[in-house]
Amino acid sequence: MNTQGRKTTPDAETAAGTDVGTYTGNRGLVHEEPLIFELDNPGVTGVDLEAAPAVTSRLGGLKARAGIGLPGLSEPTVVRHYTRLSQKNFGIDSTMYPLGSCTMKHNPRLNEKLARLAGFSDIHPMQPQSTVQGALELIDQLAHWLKTLTGMPAVAMSPAAGAHGELCGLMAIRAALQARGETGRTRVLVPESAHGTNPATAAFCGFTVDAIPAEANGRVSVEAVKAKLGPDVACIMLTNPNTCGLFEPQVKEIADAVHAAGGYFYCDGANYNAIVGRVRPADLGVDAMHINLHKTFSTPHGGGGPGSGPVVLSDALAPYAPLPYVVHGADGLRLVEHAADAEGRPFGRMKAFHGQMGMFVRALAYILSHGADGLRQASSDAVLNANYVKARLQDVMSVPFDGYCMHEALFDDRFLKDTGVTTLDFAKAMIDEGFHPMTMYFPLVVHGAFLIEPTETEPKATLDQFIGAMRHLAGKAKAGDAAHFLAAPRYTPRRRLDETGAARKPVLRWTPPAA
Amino acid sequence: MTIRFTEDHEWISLDGDVATVGITTFAQSQLGDVVFVEVPEAGRALVKGKEAAVVESVKAASEVFAPVDGTAIEGNQAVVDDPSLVNSDPQGAGWFFKMTLANPAELDGLMDQAAYDAFVEGQH
Repeated sequence: MNTQGRKTTPDAETAAGTDVGTYTGNRGLVHEEPLIFELDNPGVTGVDLEAAPAVTSRLGGLKARAGIGLPGLSEPTVVRHYTRLSQKNFGIDSTMYPLGSCTMKHNPRLNEKLARLAGFSDIHPMQPQSTVQGALELIDQLAHWLKTLTGMPAVAMSPAAGAHGELCGLMAIRAALQARGETGRTRVLVPESAHGTNPATAAFCGFTVDAIPAEANGRVSVEAVKAKLGPDVACIMLTNPNTCGLFEPQVKEIADAVHAAGGYFYCDGANYNAIVGRVRPADLGVDAMHINLHKTFSTPHGGGGPGSGPVVLSDALAPYAPLPYVVHGADGLRLVEHAADAEGRPFGRMKAFHGQMGMFVRALAYILSHGADGLRQASSDAVLNANYVKARLQDVMSVPFDGYCMHEALFDDRFLKDTGVTTLDFAKAMIDEGFHPMTMYFPLVVHGAFLIEPTETEPKATLDQFIGAMRHLAGKAKAGDAAHFLAAPRYTPRRRLDETGAARKPVLRWTPPAA
Repeated sequence: MTIRFTEDHEWISLDGDVATVGITTFAQSQLGDVVFVEVPEAGRALVKGKEAAVVESVKAASEVFAPVDGTAIEGNQAVVDDPSLVNSDPQGAGWFFKMTLANPAELDGLMDQAAYDAFVEGQH
């Protein structure tokens, strides 16, 4: 009791967490939010517009068949709707987001401040280049850093994200092969542990995909690659560190073997955060590698902003880099926008303009605020954090590959054998504990995979809480409390969703209820 | 009727000149709920060990490989329309495609029921 006689401790019913249900369907201040179309109040509007004047149609008799279906809403209704939706959002600003292979690190607010400078945010890609010299210089400086960090001689800045970068790299490889007259090179080697985008990119580019089996230690061996090499191999697509969170120790030998056989080495740079400032991909024999600015260099992603996937290129592929790119001219910086104006033989364009300007600003802000030593420290801390998680969980969970990992810790589901709990159930229980689940069931080379990437920006206190929750759940599963997992999640606005039904019979469009 | 199995968990059952191919009960249990199936068109040449069909579950997308060389003569439209058949009756109504065999002797190189059961046991 406080001094006014009000109770300061919850009563028994509340303490027991009894869900008594509510009249409104809201749970506390968390509202049950309808779709904005369901809030439609015909005739209501946030602005008073004059009735449109009568016009003579010049559409040759074409007429709209029906209204466009915008809901009628007042401004406060719209503001509350989107505010409440934003409060339901979960992101890296909420808490740890250990999604493996995604590098969900903190997005520094300094980056946001700089990206909002008018000279970067209020310009248009079609305005005269003489008026955007600062923006071009920023692209050029970022390119310089990406080339320096990777040791590569060239970079294509325009690709919009990782898979788009892969496509850029493979189109450059295809252009180089065509220039060599070797159009018979149609096969692309992709390890079984690869991100799904790798075989998808190769197939999209017209190549056939040939899988390389993983070794028992989770790595790709040079012997397995050599067994697949031949005069019809265009390239290998290798991720390093790989999707098991392991460095590929034979990467240089693999690169040499592929080069000796006349192929190229595409490196999937999704996991570059593990090695920035430690390893230069050029030294590994890489011909092309995309860099996810939205992972490694902290630009927002996962709904928070567009990705950005510049591709560094070796001397062999640089001449085929897509348009446009920045060059130093007599009157300052300019964009080379036409093949006739290019020194090499660009294969075309990846985007209408130069790429994701806002992300370039954020990435360069991140790089400059960290400096070379800070970037090196960040990758080291990312590896340290992952190994801390692995070391503190490996006695209660099961690890498929012994030894140190790189930036992400991989577990399999052997520790759940005969418990009646699956990786999916375990993940649902993690949501009740307040954590976004890790990547599950990937990589496919491991049964029931848990792929945990904490990143360097998680403080030890958060890691300890996460580890504590995981140990608690692992103990519960082994103690036979499967019911705890099968009923999870309990504390979310919606309970277990029907993922199968959503995939088999997706409802992708709202339709008004029948009157 | 002969039924044989591959290490990639396809089954193939020969009845006269026509073989039916699907994925095993074990395979569907590992995949979880199947949500999408793509089957070969009639007339497509199938090569042993190469992709013949696609199966996608809530967990993963994977290829179904041709167990032997031959030619597809029919894809099972029923599993395309209702992928849950692969879970409910994987070795019956959940078949993927029918094919003719280029060389029926290739079946001898695959596992019989007893060998496959032992193979699955060894996976765990």
